Amino acid sequence: MQASFRFLALPLLLAGLGTTLPAAAAELNVEIDIPRLDVAEYHKPYLAVWIEKADQSVAANLTVRYSPKKNNEGTKWLKDLRQWWRRSGRELEQAQLDALAGATPAVGAFKLRTTVGKAPLTSLPPGEYKLGVEAARESGGRELVYLPFQWPPKQTQQLNAKGEHELGGISLELKP
Amino acid sequence: MTLRSLTLRPLKLAALIALGGLGLHLSPASAHSLWLQPSSTILAKAQWITVDAAVSNDFFFYSAAPLALDNLTVTAPDGSTLAPENLLKGKLRSVFDLNLSQAGTYRIAVVNSGVMASYKLNGEMKRWRGTAESFAKEVPADAEELKVNESLGRIETFATVGKPSPVKAISKGLELVQIGAKTSHPNDLVAGEAASFRLLLDGKPAANLAVTLVRGGTRYRNQLNEIKTSSDGDGKFSVTWPEAGLYFLEAETKDGKTSVSAAKERRVTYAATLEVLPQ
Repeated sequence: MQASFRFLALPLLLAGLGTTLPAAAAELNVEIDIPRLDVAEYHKPYLAVWIEKADQSVAANLTVRYSPKKNNEGTKWLKDLRQWWRRSGRELEQAQLDALAGATPAVGAFKLRTTVGKAPLTSLPPGEYKLGVEAARESGGRELVYLPFQWPPKQTQQLNAKGEHELGGISLELKP
Repeated sequence: MTLRSLTLRPLKLAALIALGGLGLHLSPASAHSLWLQPSSTILAKAQWITVDAAVSNDFFFYSAAPLALDNLTVTAPDGSTLAPENLLKGKLRSVFDLNLSQAGTYRIAVVNSGVMASYKLNGEMKRWRGTAESFAKEVPADAEELKVNESLGRIETFATVGKPSPVKAISKGLELVQIGAKTSHPNDLVAGEAASFRLLLDGKPAANLAVTLVRGGTRYRNQLNEIKTSSDGDGKFSVTWPEAGLYFLEAETKDGKTSVSAAKERRVTYAATLEVLPQ
């Protein structure tokens, strides 16, 4: 009896203080398989991951992976992420790009965990969305895969898609 | 069309090429087209591009003559003029490099205006070509059977660094403009999508003009597969791109707004090279 009373005490105390126990934060987690390709000259791909609204405008960019190289020369090829460039990339200031940037992904599983409410996904109003995943490889191809989803899901949901050439399996985990 | 040009007598072909160089663009059925071909139209950062300029009937193959660059003007996004570098006039094409350092849209154009006259002097038929300014000085006042033709032609293409900026009116001759969301930007064209454009003549809507587009690579297919459309009362027309590629667009018209009074008619032409990317 005493144990259960103490167990209830903390939430009651916090409620009394005007706060509540924090709810688990909503998450949007992406896992992308960067395939092993049998080519003479392999370069790790440039990769962009973003969330697009029903009207094709960008709700948020999640990441942009590229190689800056010397004097930022590497930004030259960002336009090869054609769809992303057109929907968002070309409008970004260098500082915004820097905040999203990371190294090109290695072969294998590329994981991205995002908390809704924290940068880069500061908010995600309820609605219909598409996750955009685009990869472009030097001396190689380019592929774009869209994964439609509804936000928020009623319970934790996992959605899958698959690329054919430059991208392997893509899984999107939605935690309300 | 290609076979026909091969059978033209050498003198006529030479004259046509010379006229092409002056920018007196005759109809595609009887002469060559003038065009620019940029190495890139969409750039993610400030960098150099190179542009080819040629007179030929095939898109985009160099098969006849180089395009003269005397009247080349490159306008930067801020409205200033950019000087081209490393100009070359070769046998089949002209080339120039451009250092695109500003963010926004560059307008690359060759604008040719000319006057052509034929007349009789002392019983002899004479032909003259030149500018409106030199016409009064060089064509004798007592010329008989004087026939004068005037022309104004704009050959252009566009290249954008970063975010596209509006393509504003120059208000002289025929041109494509883009301001706001109602018309497509010439460097934002994608296969499968409909693009809409606005054609102006001396700054006013160029209404009811025939517009023709041809995708490059004509050598590798049997049919030209031209896209034929026309501008509406507001100068607007739209195109749904069947495939990605480089497209040659042309439109022309005639009016009486000549700068030389002896000329009854002015022929105004417009040619643009537009790049359409895949989805």
